[in-house]
Amino acid sequence: MQRASDPRVTAGIVALVAIALLIGGAFAGLLVEGGHDLSGAWAAFDPYLLRVVRFTLWQAILSTLLSVVPALFVARALSRHPRFPGRAFILQLFAVPLALPAIVAALGILTLYGRAGYFSGLFSAIGGQGWPGIYGLSGILVAHVFFNLPLCVRLFLEALQTIPADQWRLASQLGMGARPAFRLIEWPTLRAALPGVAGLVFMLCITSFTIVLTLGGGPAATTLEVGIYQALRFDFDPARAVALTLLQIALTFVVVLALTRLGANVVGDTNLPVAPRRYLRVSGSEASLNTALIVLALLFVAGPMAATVMAGLGADLGRLAGEAAVRQATLTSAALAFLSALLSVMLSLALTMARRALALSRRTARRTLLEHATDTGAGFVLVVPPIVIGAGWFLLLRHAGDVFAIAPVMVVTVNAVMAMPFALRAVRPAYDAASERHERLCAQLGIFGWARLRLIDWPTLRRPLATAFAFAMALSLGDLGVIALFGSDSVQTLPYLLLARMGSYRTQDAAGLALLLGVVCLALVLAADRLRKETVVRD
Amino acid sequence: MTERAIGGQGASVRLDKVSFSYGETSLAFDVAFAAARITAIMGPSGSGKSTLLNLIAGFETPLSGRVLIGGADVGAEPPAARPVSMVFQENNLFAHLCVEQNVGLGRSPSLRLSEADRAAIADALARTGLAGKEKRLPRELSGGERQRVALARVLVLDRPVLLLDEPFASLGPALRDDMLDLVAGLHAERGMTVLFVTHQPEDARRIGQNVVFVDNGTVAAMGTADEFFAGTGPEAFRRYIGVSALSRDIARKRT
Repeated sequence: MQRASDPRVTAGIVALVAIALLIGGAFAGLLVEGGHDLSGAWAAFDPYLLRVVRFTLWQAILSTLLSVVPALFVARALSRHPRFPGRAFILQLFAVPLALPAIVAALGILTLYGRAGYFSGLFSAIGGQGWPGIYGLSGILVAHVFFNLPLCVRLFLEALQTIPADQWRLASQLGMGARPAFRLIEWPTLRAALPGVAGLVFMLCITSFTIVLTLGGGPAATTLEVGIYQALRFDFDPARAVALTLLQIALTFVVVLALTRLGANVVGDTNLPVAPRRYLRVSGSEASLNTALIVLALLFVAGPMAATVMAGLGADLGRLAGEAAVRQATLTSAALAFLSALLSVMLSLALTMARRALALSRRTARRTLLEHATDTGAGFVLVVPPIVIGAGWFLLLRHAGDVFAIAPVMVVTVNAVMAMPFALRAVRPAYDAASERHERLCAQLGIFGWARLRLIDWPTLRRPLATAFAFAMALSLGDLGVIALFGSDSVQTLPYLLLARMGSYRTQDAAGLALLLGVVCLALVLAADRLRKETVVRD
Repeated sequence: MTERAIGGQGASVRLDKVSFSYGETSLAFDVAFAAARITAIMGPSGSGKSTLLNLIAGFETPLSGRVLIGGADVGAEPPAARPVSMVFQENNLFAHLCVEQNVGLGRSPSLRLSEADRAAIADALARTGLAGKEKRLPRELSGGERQRVALARVLVLDRPVLLLDEPFASLGPALRDDMLDLVAGLHAERGMTVLFVTHQPEDARRIGQNVVFVDNGTVAAMGTADEFFAGTGPEAFRRYIGVSALSRDIARKRT
C-alpha cells in the first residue's frame, strides 16, 4: 500500500545522502592526500606508527580487562542485595559517566590523583617520595575504568535480572550456596553477556580521544586518534595523518564487525527494572565481601565527580562568568550543540520513517539494499570515528582556503551524525509503535505528508524526539573531537576553552568550566531520561 | 474520494479471480457481494476473512485479478481513494485527538473543517449516541463508545461500502447487540453495502442478510442467512458452527 513515492522514503534517502556526503568527503580528502604523496604515505608506516598501534591496542586491552572483570563481581554483588541501602542511587550514579563529557572526567581524575591533586600528599607519604601524578598509561586506565566500569556493571546487572525468578526459588529450595549458585545460575548468564559487553568497552577504548589527549601526557602514550590530531595540528604531516587514519579505520572496522557478530548493544544504554527479589539468603561473610566491593566501586566512581564539584566551587565562578572568552565560548557551544541536536534528530527521524515505510511496503522476507541502509546507516558512524571524518575534511579543505572557517559546520554535522545511534534508540521504537497503531487508519482516511506529520506523528512523537534531542545536545556539548582539530581563537567551544586553560595551567579556571559543562550535560541527560520515562508511563 | 455517493445506494463489490499470498499461505477469491445488503463473513481463524476485507479496502494488493467496486476497477487506487470505509477491531482512533477531531478526520484529512463539516460531525455524533462527549479523549471512553466514534466517522465519510473487521469482538453480549442494531439502523438509513467479519453465529443471524463462508483461503460457500441457519447450509459451515448449536438454537464459537 506504500508506494515508492512515499515522502517518508524520500526523507530517508535525503538523510542517507547527507551522511554519505559527510563520510565520502572525508574519504575523498584522504584519497586525494594519499594519492598526491604516495611515497610519503607509504614512508609514514614507520616504527613510530607501529608503536602507536601497539599502544592503542595495549591500553584498550588493559582498560577492558580492568573494567569488565571487577564489574562482573560488583554487578553480582548488587544483584544479590536487592535491598542494599541506596541501591537505586548507586545505579543512578553509575549512569552519570555516560553523560559526563570526557574532558570533565579527565579533569576530575587529575584533581584527585594528579601531581597536585587532593591525594598527592597521601600518596607521597605512602610512597616515601614525591607523587608523580597519574599521567601516561595509568591515567588513561583510571579514566577508562571510571567511564566503563559503571557501564559494565549496569549491563551485567541487566543480564542478571533476566534470570527468571523461578530459578532463584528453585535454587533456594535446593539449598544452593553462593558458589554453586554462581557456577550454575549466574555465570552462564554473565558469560552470555560477556563478549558483547567486553567488545563494546574495547571499541570505546580504541576510539577514545579526549582521555588520551588530556591524560596521555606525551608521545610514549599516544593512540591512533591522538596521533592523527598531532600529525595535523602540530607536526603538520599529512602523509602520516593519512596512514594513521587508514589504520584507525581498519582497526575500528574489524572491531565493529566482530561486535556485530557478537550481537553487542553498541549504544550501551541499559534498562534496569526495579524488581528486587527477597527470597535470597546471603551468608554473613559473603554479605560483607559484597558490601566492600560495592563501596569500593562507589568510591572509585563518585570520587572524580565529587572532586569536580569541589574544585569547581573553589574556582572564582563570578570572574569566569564575566569573562568575554567564556561567554563567547558558552554561546558558541550552545548554538552549535542546539543545531547539531536538531540535525541529529531530523536525520534519525528521516531514517526511522523511511525504514518503517519500506518495511511496510515489502512483500517478501528479503530486505532491499535501501532498507538495510536506513536500518544500519547509523552504524557507519561507528566505523568512522569523528576524528577520522574531521581529519579527512581537514585534508580536503586545506587546499581550498581557510580550514578553520568551516569549524562550525564540521562540529555541527559530525556531532549530529555521532549522536544518531543514541537518537535512533529513542525515536525508532516510538515511531514504529505509533505506526503500528496508525498506519492503516491513516491510509484509510488519506492522511499523509504534511497533514500526517502535523496531526498524527508530531503529537505522538514529541516526547521521544525531545528525549533524543536532549541526549544529542548533551553529547555534542561535551564533545572534544572535531573541535580539537578545527578550533581556533575565533571559534571556541567550552570543551576547547577548557582544554586551552588546562594547557596553560590555569587549573582554577578549568575546574570552574568543567563544573559548568558537567552540570549542563547532566541536566540535559536527566531531562532526556525523565521525558523517556514519562513516555513509557503514558503509553 | 471521488466516488462519494452522498446518501446514495450501496455499491456492489466483486473480487474477480483475485489471488494473494503471504509466506506459505496462498489465497484465491472469486466472489461477488450484493449491493446494499449486509453480508456476514464467517470462517475459522486464519482462513483469510480479514485478508478478504484488506484486499477490498486496498491494504493488500492482489498478485493477480481485479477488485471491482460499483463496477469500477479500484485495483490501482490507494485505500483513501476507494469508496470504502472500514472499522477495525482496535486502533480505530488516534489516542491524542478528541472525539470530534477523530470524526472530523473523515471529512478532512488535514482537519480543516468548514461550518457544514462541523454540522455533519455533530449530526453523526448525535446519531451514534455520543452527543456531549465531543471533547473527550479516547482513553476517557468505554470500549463500546470508542467503536461508536468509529461508526460516527463512517457516517461523515459516507461511502457506499462499509467493511467491519470484528469491531465488536471485545464487547460483552448486550453491548454487542446494541452496536449491531446501530449498524443495522445506519444501513436502513444509508443503504450502504455492509461486509462484516464475525466469529459469532448469533451476530450473523441478528443483522446478516447474506452469509459468506470462508475456509482455507477461499470462499467455500455463500447464501442467505436463512438458508445457512436453517440447518440446510453447507456441510463445512455446519461443522464449523457445530450441529448441536444449530439444533439447540444456541450458537457458540467452536475452538
